[in-house]
Amino acid sequence: MQDLVNKIVKRYQTDKTRLMDILLDIQNERGYLSHDDCSELSKKLKLSTAEVCETASFYHFFSCKEARYRIYLNNSITSEMAGRQLVAEAFEEACHTSFGETSEEGLFFLEHTSCIGMNDQEPAALINGIPFTQLTPFRVKELISGLKEGKSLEEAAYESFGDGNNAHDLIHSMVNNHIRKRGAILTNDYKPFDVIKNKLCKRSPEEIITIVEGSNIRGRGGAGFPTGLKWKFGRLTKAEHRVIICNADEGEPGTFKDRVLLTEFPELVFEGMVTAAFATGADIGVLYLRHEYKYLLNYLNHVLDNMRKKSLLGNEINGCKHFNFDIRIQLGAGAYICGEESALIESMEGKRGEPRDKPPFPVEKGYMGYPTIVNNVETLASVVKIINNGAAWFDSMGTSDSAGTKILSISGDCLFPGIYEVEWGTTINDVLSMAGAYDVQAIQVGGPSGMLLSKKGFDRTLSYSDLATGGSMIVFNHSRDLLRDVVLNFMDFFIEESCGSCSTCRIMPTVLKDKLLKILNGHGVKQDLEELVSWGKLLKISRCGLGQTAGNPILTSLSNFRSLYEDLIQQDKEFDTGFNLEKAVVESCNFVNRKPVFETKNLN
Amino acid sequence: MEKKVIATTSLAGCFGCHMSFLDIDERLLDLIELVEFNKSPIDDIKRFTKPVDIGIIEGGCANSENVEVLRYFRENCKILVSLGECAIMGGLPAMRNGISIDECLAEAYLNGPTVQLNKEKILPNDEEIPMLLDRVVPCHEVVKIDYFLPGCAPRADLIWDALVAIVTGKEMDLPYEVIKFD
Repeated sequence: MQDLVNKIVKRYQTDKTRLMDILLDIQNERGYLSHDDCSELSKKLKLSTAEVCETASFYHFFSCKEARYRIYLNNSITSEMAGRQLVAEAFEEACHTSFGETSEEGLFFLEHTSCIGMNDQEPAALINGIPFTQLTPFRVKELISGLKEGKSLEEAAYESFGDGNNAHDLIHSMVNNHIRKRGAILTNDYKPFDVIKNKLCKRSPEEIITIVEGSNIRGRGGAGFPTGLKWKFGRLTKAEHRVIICNADEGEPGTFKDRVLLTEFPELVFEGMVTAAFATGADIGVLYLRHEYKYLLNYLNHVLDNMRKKSLLGNEINGCKHFNFDIRIQLGAGAYICGEESALIESMEGKRGEPRDKPPFPVEKGYMGYPTIVNNVETLASVVKIINNGAAWFDSMGTSDSAGTKILSISGDCLFPGIYEVEWGTTINDVLSMAGAYDVQAIQVGGPSGMLLSKKGFDRTLSYSDLATGGSMIVFNHSRDLLRDVVLNFMDFFIEESCGSCSTCRIMPTVLKDKLLKILNGHGVKQDLEELVSWGKLLKISRCGLGQTAGNPILTSLSNFRSLYEDLIQQDKEFDTGFNLEKAVVESCNFVNRKPVFETKNLN
Repeated sequence: MEKKVIATTSLAGCFGCHMSFLDIDERLLDLIELVEFNKSPIDDIKRFTKPVDIGIIEGGCANSENVEVLRYFRENCKILVSLGECAIMGGLPAMRNGISIDECLAEAYLNGPTVQLNKEKILPNDEEIPMLLDRVVPCHEVVKIDYFLPGCAPRADLIWDALVAIVTGKEMDLPYEVIKFD
């Protein structure tokens, strides 16, 4: 055991900030993490065991349970809509175990997991990191019996490959891109590395920043901070090193655009990182890749190797003096919160993914204390096109406050789920009609942290001043029970993914969900609706975006679908806690073998 | 002015809030001028003998008797005040909420290291004993509570000020530093 830990610790030069990679490697080679591993690691890295364990226990894909096949079945809403329940039962039956447990022979470990970025091909599961999409009970049975008979996971997975690069030798995945509409970013005429070779060194970094600023591009992750300004701040901070991070931890349920960009256009994304490095004077580059996309890792590393060979990465890039920059890929280990830039940086430093207090912002003091620019995958891809075609070209697309295009990930009740690149300013009506969504009851714009829109809002436009979005669009038709199926699912997501640092975010989503359950169980009164709104406001004092938006599924459905709530509450009662004494004593009475008696004693 | 009638009780609590109440010391004499006590451990009256203006509840609900007493208070009191951590949030007794009631009972009566005499493995099931709830709940999850006084225990001054405010109908001065949750 010590040998393995020793070997891996040496691989990372006994650097404790690489704890994530060390844990991932140990788990990769041993199949799980043992407590002994953690205490051995703590000795080697001069950390306390608690410090190692707090990182190891924070991330979803680290597991102390030994199993040959780790099956993580997605529990996002579109998965539920596509028959997840039946697939889950099929897994339990075929593997002879239940979720959260390992099967007797130690062969299978079953677990639920939050959105794995396959919303357009659900139900989907990750088995030892390999995505299996569009699962049905039949296919599950087939798959599991195959594995039991000794078939390899690769054989099982390679029955058919997805489109585009998914069939590439280094990916070999059944995942499909489903690119349905191409725009300025997803065009096929992209000539890789033209910008690095012919555009960068001829200009000064300041000129590049000016072009990016002039294009008015804003961050594509959802928050919409002006990219040029971010770069400028990063450049202004004096430091020995500067860092460019590409945030590929898209965890917002319903978004999968970064997966497609990294599958089809990794060169474009990396070229964007090199461009950002040139403009800001950065020498360290990191792509933070969510663990769910680990199946792309070999391919992405291959692209990086090729770039190094062609002198597009490394020292004096493309012969450009003093321009040294390289990129490494940091794998995540399953945590939505790591999409928040400061949590992502914490994670990269080997810690729990808990957001930092701001200020200082990452552009002043980020990864290892160096000024750090964290950009979304799509932002970096767009920047290359901007340098190539000019700021005015980009700014001419979209609306006055939202320049350029947006790549949407559309899923749910529509005929053609997939990737659509549209100009900002597109209305929801257009989105629905584009994706073949009819009989629409509601659309979730921006994922669970966004809003549930009713028909009244379908003429609203996608733009930073109206409906700002990271691109997740989930459609629900009239057969869906919005509160029971959708809103509860989203609340469970936030409860699961809160890092637990702020008490508001740790507690309030559960409190709000309990209240919703109370209403759904027929015990709601008018006051409950008022309390949902006023208590929901408390979340705004949370440290990061996750906490601040964790009440949105309830708050936005309450404001846009108020009648659904009104219909459930008791009009004739002013107060009802929903407390049921008879039910509350059943468990203890059963255990002590006693019949509950409820004579109304006259205490008077 | 007619004297207001006060009742108090301790449910799943430690009586610490009542102790804190007694810490108003000589002001008890002033309080007696303003109010009259009905059902309360302070005067040992066991049953309500008249309608009560203010009911003060210490402790949350851990068993069926707690729930019955709380409901009995709600029926007989115009205003109910949750006093202290346990009444407001369940407090220490609620620490069992993360553990199933089966496990709790087994640990207490069957498997715990201090269980030595229970050779026949008897579990308390006499019908005179209150039935345990599956989880400890704060008072406002059972009945409507009008006011909440936080603290473990709430300081005597806070209890005094609150009582005076309710009795006189004047707004209470609640500076930030007075409100303590532990």
